[in-house]
Amino acid sequence: MFKVLDDNHEFDTQISFDGKDHLVPSNITVAAAALLIGVKSIRETPVTGAKRMPLCMMGVCYECLMKIDGVGNQRSCQTLVRQGMVIERQIGATEVEAEYYEA
Amino acid sequence: MKPSYELLIIGAGPAGMSAACEAARNGVAVCVIDDQPEPGGQIYRNASRATDKQNQVLGKDYQQGKNLVDDFKSYGGEYYANASVWHVDANNQVGVIKAGKNYFISAKNLVIASGAQERAMPIPGWQLPGVMYAGAGQILFKGSGIVPTGELVLAGTGPLLLLLASQYLHAGVKIKAILDTTPKGRIVKSLDKLFSGVQGYEYLIKGASLLRHIKAAKVPYYKHVEGLCAVGVERVEKVSFASATKAGRKVANISLDVDTLLLHQGIIPNTRLARAAQCETTWDAQQSCWIVATNEYGLCRQNTYVVGDAARVMGAVASRIQGRLCGLHVAQSLTKVDSHSWQVWHKDLLKKLRKENAIRPFLDAVYQPADAYLIPQQDDVIVCRCEEVTLSDIQDAVRLGCQGPNQVKSYTRCGMGPCQGTQCSNTLSHIVAKQSNMPMAQVGELRVRSPLSPITLGQIADL
Amino acid sequence: MQYDVIVIGGGMVGAATAYGLAKQGQKVLVLDGEDLTLSASKANFGLVWVQGKGWDHAPYAQWCQIATNLWPELSDELKATQVDISYQRRGGFDFCINEQEWQERESMMSALWKNTDGMFEYEMLNHSKLKKMIPEISKSVIGASFSPQDGHVDPLALLQALCKAMQNLGVTYMGNCLVEAITPTHGEYVVKGAKGVFTAGKIVLCAGLANGQLGEQLGMNIPVVAERGQVLITERLKPFLKWPTLNVRQTAQGTVQIGDSHEDVGLNDGTTPEVLKQIAQRAVLMFPLLSSVHLVRAWGGLRILTPDGNPIYQQSTSNPGVFSVTCHSGVTLAAAHAGPLCDWILGDSYLPVIEQFSMDRFDV
Ligand SMILES: Cc1cc2nc3c(=O)[nH]c(=O)nc-3n(C[C@H](O)[C@H](O)[C@H](O)COP(=O)(O)OP(=O)(O)OC[C@H]3O[C@@H](n4cnc5c(N)ncnc54)[C@H](O)[C@@H]3O)c2cc1C
Ligand SMILES: Cc1cc2nc3c(=O)[nH]c(=O)nc-3n(C[C@H](O)[C@H](O)[C@H](O)COP(=O)(O)OP(=O)(O)OC[C@H]3O[C@@H](n4cnc5c(N)ncnc54)[C@H](O)[C@@H]3O)c2cc1C
Ligand code: FES
Repeated sequence: MFKVLDDNHEFDTQISFDGKDHLVPSNITVAAAALLIGVKSIRETPVTGAKRMPLCMMGVCYECLMKIDGVGNQRSCQTLVRQGMVIERQIGATEVEAEYYEA
Repeated sequence: MKPSYELLIIGAGPAGMSAACEAARNGVAVCVIDDQPEPGGQIYRNASRATDKQNQVLGKDYQQGKNLVDDFKSYGGEYYANASVWHVDANNQVGVIKAGKNYFISAKNLVIASGAQERAMPIPGWQLPGVMYAGAGQILFKGSGIVPTGELVLAGTGPLLLLLASQYLHAGVKIKAILDTTPKGRIVKSLDKLFSGVQGYEYLIKGASLLRHIKAAKVPYYKHVEGLCAVGVERVEKVSFASATKAGRKVANISLDVDTLLLHQGIIPNTRLARAAQCETTWDAQQSCWIVATNEYGLCRQNTYVVGDAARVMGAVASRIQGRLCGLHVAQSLTKVDSHSWQVWHKDLLKKLRKENAIRPFLDAVYQPADAYLIPQQDDVIVCRCEEVTLSDIQDAVRLGCQGPNQVKSYTRCGMGPCQGTQCSNTLSHIVAKQSNMPMAQVGELRVRSPLSPITLGQIADL
Repeated sequence: MQYDVIVIGGGMVGAATAYGLAKQGQKVLVLDGEDLTLSASKANFGLVWVQGKGWDHAPYAQWCQIATNLWPELSDELKATQVDISYQRRGGFDFCINEQEWQERESMMSALWKNTDGMFEYEMLNHSKLKKMIPEISKSVIGASFSPQDGHVDPLALLQALCKAMQNLGVTYMGNCLVEAITPTHGEYVVKGAKGVFTAGKIVLCAGLANGQLGEQLGMNIPVVAERGQVLITERLKPFLKWPTLNVRQTAQGTVQIGDSHEDVGLNDGTTPEVLKQIAQRAVLMFPLLSSVHLVRAWGGLRILTPDGNPIYQQSTSNPGVFSVTCHSGVTLAAAHAGPLCDWILGDSYLPVIEQFSMDRFDV
């Protein structure tokens, strides 16, 4: 439900969004890319699992938290897309994994 | 980044950039920290990289920003983009995170120019996907060049809402309706404030031309909108409200299908950094927000300044002037400006600042949000979006005898999530004030603590 | 007389005491401070903990045993308030990162065992045993002491539950009512607070750091010392840590609480970057997986300490009926404050150990 206004914009940056590849313009934020792609929600809250989308786009509301390149709870409105970026919806709380070693 | 600077400025918006240029011009060693990829702040976001199309849609005010940004880019001091301040304290110690690395800076003089944020509009359903702030719509266009398609409704009050509507129309975006929540009779009631505002007539002309533009485009315009609700299950599907006809008759139960609902009821200073630095805030009933107590140069206490919209909402032009005043004051306090020049320059800037601020009381009075949009009207409306705390949760806590917002927070988790109360703090205080019959100034607000922007334990650990 | 007892201070100590007094049929008024009055009860770590407490003072060790053994009962009672306090008593760890710490810990634990006549249960675990229980632990942790008697609770929920429970029993709670003066008149006490003047036959001072100054008005010289502890809290994580540890615990919400420093800085409850760094370093050293976790908030809280770290429970000699309750570890001791301590205040038959906490001990 969003589109790029300027026809001259090139869709030259490849990102993976929840496992699917997409081409988006460079220099846009991950949150903007999510709107362009038309995803229904970018996260599910850790409290009730409610679906949410970005609210402020200026870094203050933290509604746009996503898992970006493996790191959870990052503000997608403050992060620019990069070639090859792997973006996932943030489902509930973040999962941390220990690097195990032999005891 | 160096461990200390004569002058550290947080924020590269009109206020911060102007302060930097003025101070550097007078020989002060300056460093500017800003969390955006490009200088410009909110209004001139991305101004130096904007495409023709963006410039054309955003208009003259935006293009003017480019000059300031260009000046700033060669201002002679240091500037760090993509750098966020996560810690500030009363000793002007600043913690900055850039490219995953943490820096500590000790600022001989500190200028906080961190700007404003959107005022929350806690209506039923405001948490649903598809509902955003109008400012977010504008940022998406300025920063990323994207605009909504589909059924678009704008709702709320304030100049920015009309400005965005007009910009969207220029861009060829279709607006299904504008729902104006400004209460009835506001303009008439505010006319006494206009008298002092005649100096700011340009703003009135600008405002009138925005309205004309919207009217000419025949966008359905609903006035005195009450009972605004966003309705939907997994995302917003409809917006429902009551409105008044030209004749003043109330029309209840209007419902419109919608894909994107953009809300706005004014902007308020983002005082988090200022409060972390222990600068005093006071409740401003006219602007319905906390403002930072400063003098006209932005000085809060010796060597610490808060300027532009971060102190009180004054707009981009006043922010530029105050930024310059502040930069000049810092230079003077470091004895880099002779007393004659100081006298001449600062008086000139003060005069300009006062002229620019003359219209504010009128604008503030007209666009003061209605109580019904500051305090939710239904029990299950979400106040704290992060922790999903509702109006009734808060009311229950107040009934237990809570002393104030911080106590309510510890009982309900309101304000404990990732945004740390930036969205809910004022709503929470309004609710406490109303229910316990205390004035806002006495109720106070949620306490601010570090981190002021995201940082990981690993980043703190290995400075 | 309007009330049997006025409790001054509605923090963890005042709320637990008021609740206990109300359970014994007393008509109680609680006068509490303002929204931002210093309050350890809103800043603490939430441990219900015996490890280390009273290793050098047998009465305190015993008192902590009494409290923690009464805790499950308190937790059950508070269920009626429908506030989920997330109380758990599965045991808890205190890590050692070098040989010296291990040695010291071992002797401390055995001293504590002796002080409680063997009631204190513990085990010293070497790294490989520890790792079986906490696989996320790093190599830098050489071992830990473990006590199955330790546990934790959501301290903010506990405060709310106590506040609700006491009001359900008829206690009047008045926030924003700082007490300015307490005067004895005709066998009762007149308390002047911000919201009015109240009278009662008994007064219990539970105002934390303000106890010193309030006690002075009644001829009691209560030595209170403030000690700052800084605490960090992270974003919510999926559950990974089943047990609380002295410095790191995962809360019921999934956030990880990390503490805590011991600083002598007067009444300053701010945070400082250097200390936050040290705390983060230790946490990441113990749990490397925390390195990429976001911090949500950091705060400073002021502990209410006495010169020897043990509680002071004292009735005024010049003004009988005035009691001072001043202690650290108000979370751990909540169940004792809501029970045995109230017996003592009401002059019923009480546990003799309470007398060991009078101020007489400082005279020698
Ligand atoms: C969403 C939005 C849209 C607006 N649109 C318009 C408009 O179209 N026309 C108009 O006239 N006015 C607009 N305004 C008002 C306008 O922004 C202000 O009047 C003007 O920009 C104030 O300038 P400033 O320098 O005080 O702050 P800003 O321009 O907001 O600059 C503050 C800068 O500080 C940075 N910053 C904040 N916190 C930190 C931190 N912790 N670390 C590092 N950097 C930080 C911000 O990213 C920003 O770059 C808008 C305001 C908002 C909030
Ligand atoms: C960082 C930190 C970590 C801690 N961790 C733990 C832990 O893990 N486990 C544990 O058991 N304990 C812990 N503690 C200790 C525990 O928090 C305290 O022992 C307990 O909260 C003390 O409660 P209190 O009611 O005595 O004091 P406070 O909580 O300080 O309450 C005092 C109350 O008195 C009120 N007051 C003050 N002056 C007046 C006046 N003049 N009139 C009326 N009211 C007044 C205040 O408003 C306040 O509500 C910790 C403390 C800190 C600081
Ligand atoms: S949308 Fe508000 S922080 Fe990103």
